[in-house]
Amino acid sequence: MSRKARLWLLAVGGIGVAVLLACAAFDLPGFGGTSHPYGERAVRSALARHTANVISSVNFDQRAFDTLGEESILFAAVLGTVVLLRETRDEHSEPPETVRVDPHVRRYALIALPVTLLIGLYIIAHGQLSPGGGFQGGVIVATALHLLYIAIDYKALERIRPAAAYAIADAAGEAAYVLLGTAGLLAGSVFLANFLPYGTFNTLSSGGTVPLLNAAIGVEVAGATVVLLARFLDQALEIEGGGTGGTGRQDEEANRS
Amino acid sequence: MADLLVVLALTLVVAAATAAVLTRDPARQALVLALLGLALAVLFTALQSPDVALSQLAVGSALTPLMLLLTVRKVRGRGHRGGRKRGRA
Repeated sequence: MSRKARLWLLAVGGIGVAVLLACAAFDLPGFGGTSHPYGERAVRSALARHTANVISSVNFDQRAFDTLGEESILFAAVLGTVVLLRETRDEHSEPPETVRVDPHVRRYALIALPVTLLIGLYIIAHGQLSPGGGFQGGVIVATALHLLYIAIDYKALERIRPAAAYAIADAAGEAAYVLLGTAGLLAGSVFLANFLPYGTFNTLSSGGTVPLLNAAIGVEVAGATVVLLARFLDQALEIEGGGTGGTGRQDEEANRS
Repeated sequence: MADLLVVLALTLVVAAATAAVLTRDPARQALVLALLGLALAVLFTALQSPDVALSQLAVGSALTPLMLLLTVRKVRGRGHRGGRKRGRA
């Protein structure tokens, strides 16, 4: 196909998408209006199940199956990263050199670490009550641990962060979600049914299975994020060799033949 | 008043996003991306969705820039150190 024909094809396709998008946008309700049909139903349903944070009720109760899909995407993505960023045969690991840290940075990071960690754990624990939940809190907990790398060095971080343990936590969180869903199937009616008593509204134990599923996600996301960053940090700081592009692989092939 | 806040946040997002596209150095781009994440978090808070704002803040302003910076370090360090090693051998 000539360059001109390709440009025409692109123009027709682009205009088609633009027209469809414009038509769809004209059918949307006005910005900031008073009518929210989906929102009203979600709020009513969340209140009926004693879950103060409606978003968590949607994520872990009304649409719990969607969350299982999202959680599995993260799980699979991290698994893929672990496989891709592993130490290959032509690479070797060298302990990173110790770097002098500016005392101000060190002081700030060491003060921020426990505070951030606490905020992350609070956000996980109160997912059913206030904004946030397992996902947000999990990422905050995982990134908080990495302040130790900024404050001291990678060796200090590796000491408090055995990546294998966090990989197990990642898998355990994922498994706990599926098992809780199966428990709903056995005890109640359907997979991921909210089969536990709803409890008193606006207390930590309210919402039935919501706090449990939320905690499972918290463990999974914290584990997944730590493992993900561990693989990136290993590659950036410890793993050397392998050459650029495909040279290492070509050498290997030459050796084999 | 609330609308003014939304307009301000939107302007901030557009400015940060344009800056992120126009920055060519990946290390600086990671920093601008963190600022874009912050601007988006402000926008989501102004639109009364603190849940999304928290996700945006944790992932967009901390996790993604960190991963980008580590990747930049790896890619730059590889050519540098690898070259030296091969020279010695």
